[in-house]
Amino acid sequence: MAEIISLQSAIRAHIHDGDTVALEGFTHLIPFAAGHEVIRQRLKDLTLIRMTPDVIYDQLIGAGCAKKLIFSWGGNPGVGSLHRLRDAVEKDWPQPLEIQEHGHGDLSNAYVAGAANLPFAVLRAYAGSELPKHNKNIRFIECPFTGESLAAVPAIRPDVTVIHAQKADRKRNVLLWGILGVQKEAVLAAKRAIVTVEEIVDDLNAPPNACVLPSWTLAAVCHVPGGAKPSYAHGYYDRDNRFYQAWDDISRDREVFSSWIKKHILETEDFAAFQKVLNESAKEQLV
Amino acid sequence: MSAANYTTTEVMTIAASRLLKNGAVCFVGIGLPSTAANLARLTHAPDIVLIYESGPIGAKPEVLPLSIGDGDLAERADTVVSTPEIFRYWLQGGRVDVGFLGAAQIDKFANINTTVIGDYKKPTTRLPGAGGAPEIASCAKEVVLVLKQSARAFVKKLDFLTSVGHLDGGDSRKKLGLPGNGPVAVVTDLCIMKPDDASKELTVVQLHPGVAREQVQKATAWEIKFAADIKETPAPTETELRVLRDLLHRSAVAHGQAPAA
Repeated sequence: MAEIISLQSAIRAHIHDGDTVALEGFTHLIPFAAGHEVIRQRLKDLTLIRMTPDVIYDQLIGAGCAKKLIFSWGGNPGVGSLHRLRDAVEKDWPQPLEIQEHGHGDLSNAYVAGAANLPFAVLRAYAGSELPKHNKNIRFIECPFTGESLAAVPAIRPDVTVIHAQKADRKRNVLLWGILGVQKEAVLAAKRAIVTVEEIVDDLNAPPNACVLPSWTLAAVCHVPGGAKPSYAHGYYDRDNRFYQAWDDISRDREVFSSWIKKHILETEDFAAFQKVLNESAKEQLV
Repeated sequence: MSAANYTTTEVMTIAASRLLKNGAVCFVGIGLPSTAANLARLTHAPDIVLIYESGPIGAKPEVLPLSIGDGDLAERADTVVSTPEIFRYWLQGGRVDVGFLGAAQIDKFANINTTVIGDYKKPTTRLPGAGGAPEIASCAKEVVLVLKQSARAFVKKLDFLTSVGHLDGGDSRKKLGLPGNGPVAVVTDLCIMKPDDASKELTVVQLHPGVAREQVQKATAWEIKFAADIKETPAPTETELRVLRDLLHRSAVAHGQAPAA
């Protein structure tokens, strides 16, 4: 049964050095606050999984939290490259980053297999592609019924999945809506799941078939309003496109990046303090 | 309308949009494909069904999405499903008529690279990666590719084959047993190419207004073939240009990239 605890306590209790961690979100509801707390607690040697690693993964990689990345598309959506990811892959900075890459259909199927307690997922893809040459976790199997050749990938079972959602009720059941990505599957595939939420309410008022994650599937629920910023939370706030654009400059240079991380994350106490410092930085740049 | 009144990017976008038939179910990548698909929806193909890999089906965005999962896509869609469902039931299930993709590199059989430039282990440029392209290239009934033409992009040999087109040409794709038929057209800022019926080699079938064959050859690293009955792309109409420019302008305003008029 999930506890309602601070994000700081949740990360400390449930994520450890060397863990395999998925902070999921498909451009919507990205758990930025949780990612910052991972950096703040200086966690190391993580294997990070995400279909669409974007700015928060760039921050985690540049800050030296990751030894491996399992992913299917790594970029700054609508802007361009992730410079910290590229620097790690191209120049081993701040440390070498092992990468294991897939396609979206593949990785989303692998989460489904994890949630379903199956050893692998099957799909129709990759014949002719060079990805299987470089990723031994993409293989081909013969269908026992038709003899067809199909691609197979191992199930994903993260030690910890972290997501952001709109609401939790007092019994710690969680409701999310809008673009859901692979979050439900990522939670159900994980050994432990942490959810940050916009608000805690008496009643979710969720219609039947809504995406509700019952309390007993979660390890911790944390009340972190704005915890998905600068991404968006449908019904709460819009995507801060200006930050994604600003990140292109901040992340391009190692020193600029490092001092940004120090000032905004390592030297702030929590996400609320981070947002205050970030707002001040934004004002300074306008002057 | 004279050539001076529109840009090569506009011609490319408009030429690509014309390839999409009204009512087609179209799986859309972000960027140029999304612009062209929405232009089609706002002009000759009001009943086109746009699917984005983040989950929206029947998306009708008011402005072009900056990311593949913008809230506007969900807000105006017929339905929004999870990402596993998009790929399992809708794409792999055989319900997508056209996959609409971009690429960093393409070869003469319309195989594409979105993974790395240089060696895989020590790339000179690490690109974002596959995204949904390998599955779209495998399962969509047809694939249309849109990218700007240059000898750096239209290469003799891909640095990495991310998503398969017609593999080595001829019936080599067919032998792979994939459900989809592969690329049917490549639209660039200079021309439209289609795979030859037998060899599957990309052949220029249409030159955009004012474009010479030499320009196309110069922007292609292999010796490009031209169809015997090559045609000129009809110039963009006033309606196409107006709708495209309105769409781009209101998108830029919405994303804070341009001041409101």
